[in-house]
Amino acid sequence: MATSIKKLPDIEQVLSGNGACGGCPATMGLRIVGKALGSNAIMLLTPSCSVASMGMTPRLGYNWPCINITFASAGSSASGITHALEVMQEKGRLQGELPTVFAWVGDGGTYDIGFQALSGAAERNDNIIFFCYNNEAYSNTGVQRSGATPRGSFTTTTPTGKRQPKKNMALLMLEHNIPYVATAAVAYPGDLYDKVVKAKNIPGMKYIEIQAPCYLGWQFDMPETVQMSRMAVRSGAWLLWEAENGKISFNNPSSLIISGKKDAAPVDEYLMKQGRFNRLLKGPDAESRIAEIQGDIDREIAFIRERAKITI
Amino acid sequence: MKLLTKAYRPISWPMKGSGGDTGSWRTHRPVVDTQICNKCQICWVYCPEAVIDRQEITIDYRYCKGCGVCAVECPTGAISMEMEE
Ligand SMILES: Cc1ncc(C[n+]2csc(CCOP(=O)(O)OP(=O)(O)O)c2C)c(N)n1
Ligand code: SF4
Ligand code: SF4
Ligand code: SF4
Ligand SMILES: [Mg+2]
Repeated sequence: MATSIKKLPDIEQVLSGNGACGGCPATMGLRIVGKALGSNAIMLLTPSCSVASMGMTPRLGYNWPCINITFASAGSSASGITHALEVMQEKGRLQGELPTVFAWVGDGGTYDIGFQALSGAAERNDNIIFFCYNNEAYSNTGVQRSGATPRGSFTTTTPTGKRQPKKNMALLMLEHNIPYVATAAVAYPGDLYDKVVKAKNIPGMKYIEIQAPCYLGWQFDMPETVQMSRMAVRSGAWLLWEAENGKISFNNPSSLIISGKKDAAPVDEYLMKQGRFNRLLKGPDAESRIAEIQGDIDREIAFIRERAKITI
Repeated sequence: MKLLTKAYRPISWPMKGSGGDTGSWRTHRPVVDTQICNKCQICWVYCPEAVIDRQEITIDYRYCKGCGVCAVECPTGAISMEMEE
């Protein structure tokens, strides 16, 4: 069972009155991450909504030392910092517990532009946590498609709906053979909290991806951020799982869907709530395109179900 | 360790209100009915802005952006979104 709401710590690392949109899933997720990491951490960010949300000088909306770096280098910069801290500790210039070094990066910065540096850090098994908050587009620059944008979705660069399926980034990270990989969603804060606490206590490379429905990019009503996150998970469009040393286990409610104990909710309900699928749902070939989206979901479920059987 | 010169110090510091008094963004204000509220803290956990006091279930209107997430998630319907004047 995931940690209950009342047991979550009081600490707030995301400060009120920051620059994020109301109802922002990125700050919502980061707030829970902050409760798990505490204040002894160093944050790296690449250009994204979360950078814009930091607010205006001389104030800063996050209660960590924050380093804004280029898109391509979150992985390598985090590696550099974690190694520098280790050396400082060896030389006696740093006492006490080493701060957690973590990158907080959008899907654009993870799936596409920062992939190489992330892959390098993973292959070296450097001691960092890499978070991807996945709002399925380049939101900060006005919603362009990314490698995480699902098939059928409207973005400014896919005006008739994206034709290709999304990548499965978490599985790609899993196959880097790193000690910990997890997926989470903002609607399940206890589950997210537990995963971050676990990651914090594992040495080496950790990758956690948080599904983050952005009302602006996905075109739903602002108060429904959490509803949308929940609907994605219940429809199987987003799966909650974690893998310690390559062994996958599923978390509720995804575990019920994977094991066949519970049927996934129909995907069209989830799609219909979002303006980004409007054109597709109203088009003459709507039926076949919904079937395509359902096909992508079914394939992901089938794939990870089989992958989870490999436990060596 | 030698103190860094001023030019190399960080130029921003953690502080509330880095986006200004974001309460001014609101079109609707969440109002908690304390008669109905059971203090489950669900609104607190989902509030992206960290403006809800988890014990008292009171809201800091200086920064609350009026997103309405708390009202949608509240299981008892204790939060209503009232139009700002
Ligand atoms: C090398 C480079 N290319 C493009 C940009 C412009 N840019 C700034 S933020 C952003 C979007 C980032 O998308 P993502 O990583 O998904 O984060 P989100 O904005 O969705 O939070 C882009 C393209 C940049 N700053 N640097
Ligand atoms: S555009 Fe989306 S992700 Fe970006 S700040 Fe606004 S709600 Fe958050
Ligand atoms: S979610 Fe509703 S019932 Fe629960 S603490 Fe908040 S206002 Fe009270
Ligand atoms: S309206 Fe939004 S910002 Fe204001 S208290 Fe509710 S969840 Fe928090
Ligand atoms: Mg994004």
